[in-house]
Amino acid sequence: MTRAGGRWLRGLVLAVVMLGLVLPIAAGLWETLAAAFGHLPAIGETGASLDPWRRLLDLPGVVTSVKLTLWTGLASTAIALLLALGAAGWAHRRFGPRALGRVLTPFLAVPHAALAIGLAFVIMPSGWIARAISPWATGWDLPPDLAIVNDPAGLALILGLVIKELPFFLLVTLAALAQIPVGSQMRAGRAIGYPPAQVWAFVIVPQVYAQIRLPVYVVLSFALSVVDMAIILGPSNPPVLAVAMTRWFLAPDSGLILPASAAAMTQALIVVGAIALWRGAEALIAVAGRAILRQGRRRHAWAGAARASAGIAATLFVLGLLSLAALTVWSIAWRWSFPDMWPETLSLHSWARPGAGWGLAVLNTAVIGFATTALALVLAVAWLEGEDRGGLARARWAEALVYLPLIVPQVAFLFGLQVVFLRLGVSGGIGAVIWAQALFVFPYVMIALSDPWRALDRRLLRAAAALGAGPARRLFAVKLPILLRPLLTAAAIGFAVSVAQYLPTLFMGAGRVPTLTTEAVTLSSGSDRRVTGTYATLQSALPFLAYAAAFFIPAWVFRHRRALSGEPG
Amino acid sequence: MSGLELGQVSIRRAGAASPLFPALSLEVHAGEILTIMGPSGIGKSTLIDFIGGHLDAGFDASGKVILNGVDVTGRPAEARGIGILFQDAVLFPHLSVGDNLAFALDRRIAGRFERRKAVEDALASAGLRGFYERDPATLSGGQRARAALMRTLLAAPRALLLDEPFAKLDPELRQEIRSFVFEHVRIRDIPVLMVTHDPSDAEAAGGRSLAL
Repeated sequence: MTRAGGRWLRGLVLAVVMLGLVLPIAAGLWETLAAAFGHLPAIGETGASLDPWRRLLDLPGVVTSVKLTLWTGLASTAIALLLALGAAGWAHRRFGPRALGRVLTPFLAVPHAALAIGLAFVIMPSGWIARAISPWATGWDLPPDLAIVNDPAGLALILGLVIKELPFFLLVTLAALAQIPVGSQMRAGRAIGYPPAQVWAFVIVPQVYAQIRLPVYVVLSFALSVVDMAIILGPSNPPVLAVAMTRWFLAPDSGLILPASAAAMTQALIVVGAIALWRGAEALIAVAGRAILRQGRRRHAWAGAARASAGIAATLFVLGLLSLAALTVWSIAWRWSFPDMWPETLSLHSWARPGAGWGLAVLNTAVIGFATTALALVLAVAWLEGEDRGGLARARWAEALVYLPLIVPQVAFLFGLQVVFLRLGVSGGIGAVIWAQALFVFPYVMIALSDPWRALDRRLLRAAAALGAGPARRLFAVKLPILLRPLLTAAAIGFAVSVAQYLPTLFMGAGRVPTLTTEAVTLSSGSDRRVTGTYATLQSALPFLAYAAAFFIPAWVFRHRRALSGEPG
Repeated sequence: MSGLELGQVSIRRAGAASPLFPALSLEVHAGEILTIMGPSGIGKSTLIDFIGGHLDAGFDASGKVILNGVDVTGRPAEARGIGILFQDAVLFPHLSVGDNLAFALDRRIAGRFERRKAVEDALASAGLRGFYERDPATLSGGQRARAALMRTLLAAPRALLLDEPFAKLDPELRQEIRSFVFEHVRIRDIPVLMVTHDPSDAEAAGGRSLAL
């Protein structure tokens, strides 16, 4: 009876996921594909032709854009991953995973755009670093004319992506380490004469990597397709492909939509190709690693590499913190001349006028964030409860379904989805934005909630059932209260993901739903750093508040429950 | 008849060729404590799960569980009226000690005042007077075991399963908790089935015992 109820619930959830999540993505991809081959009745184009592709190739800088996309995406992911694996090797024996997790989690809350704007404030020629070394070391009395931000090689973009993805990689690495008997394997490796860093590299890292492969692909796909951070930090002319095609899609000249659709398909191919390339590199490294391992050489050089990555990682954290501080300082700066380290006069001018725009943006951001998070949370709980009641394990295809919106690049289907939404008459409103954002919020909420949900002590549920509590009472009186902390953490992650969304908001809102992220990105190209700083500060403050709530609410609710208060007891 | 009856119960791991133990049929009368002995790993806890309705999806089982003449094999765990005392107390960590008991208390006891009193009485009879608001995580092992038994009994089960309930207790505590449990169980006049690998448990129960 219960089991049948579980199947029913799971079927319902699956139908919602199919209709609400998979179908829009598939329809969006299909419409974009059709447009890439010249079929878009909305602008009077019909028929299949290769013309959009020809026009794409004729657009200036398109080949450079593709090269820049591959370079920045692959380099940033590889650097962040290597630093994370190396730094974890140094850190895991020195700090507990809990302490590291607490330090790292707030970094996940920072939206890409806010971090990018802050980083620009720090590294640009008139930024904090240049001020700190001027004029005594550089002789600069005026900001030098250097392209540090928006450099043609994309180095600033790579730096920004590495700072943002490094904490994520460290967190998934820590989670993977909890599944491995690191201590005993380390003892076994050292007992046969290998220094710890080498045991780490040859024994632990391969096991960790096998577990974090999917998150690595998610990051790679994201880094190849990122738009907001690439607008703020990336090369400007030509930009990476995702930025170029966003400009074409939004250009007043609707003739650019067809080549832009071809570019969107190219983007999807780039992601598929890059993941294939990455898999090839994995295989090569595995073969080379085994060959080196068979030589049995005990080398101490590995310790240096681990220490160096920990050092670089720590430097990047400091740079990230400086970036966030720069946002707030700029938002209250009034007169601040080069090369002073601190503004001469402070002012709350841009904070004092919410009516100028940020009030509405905060409201929109919060409403969309709450709505998408609530939707995602209900769906995730229904999914997991359906699995529990049906006694079903997660099927591989279901797991793939969850990851689908994270692997398929946003730009590849968002335009087509906009076409679908237009046809359904739901485009341009806050509802369309909520729907589109939920596509990306749900997977993160689901991933964050799955492990704690399954880790719940099943005997508690048996005890409740043996006391006569039915499935509904078990869910609401036992499971959900005990899982309050992971539920709120998943909600905070979902909220942070929603706040950070740029492209779905821009496309589905048709420019009529200003959020902190869309406004901050637009403002970042302007000259008023005070206003930009205000928006970006708010943009990082909202998710941070959500994380703080997820931390303090369970601590307060369970202040008299040692097993759940989160304090070691 | 009144009592707990098992008819030709056989359990296999899904895909395994042979069952965990030979097909089992037995009867436990009301007021009787029947002990099933067997080494660890033979499937005693799996048998308890089957009788209580908690068997994992990874098992195939056949046979009947009949309680007071009614076949309950097809019912979900919460509708069987079969209480279980686990090896660990398994108190709900988010509820106070008293609310753990209140969660269990039979629905037929109605009224806020009456329900509160029933819980306070149960706490008192377990030597836990004044423990209503206590965090279960702060209880000693013996207090936890007594609270768990009270919780199980307050649900007014029609049969009781004891799954190695004393195995994790210190030797001196084991004696005390064992007599506490048997004393409270006997006055209920319900069938009790205990599985254990410790012969002294069977001896203390004083009833029939059989080997799995």
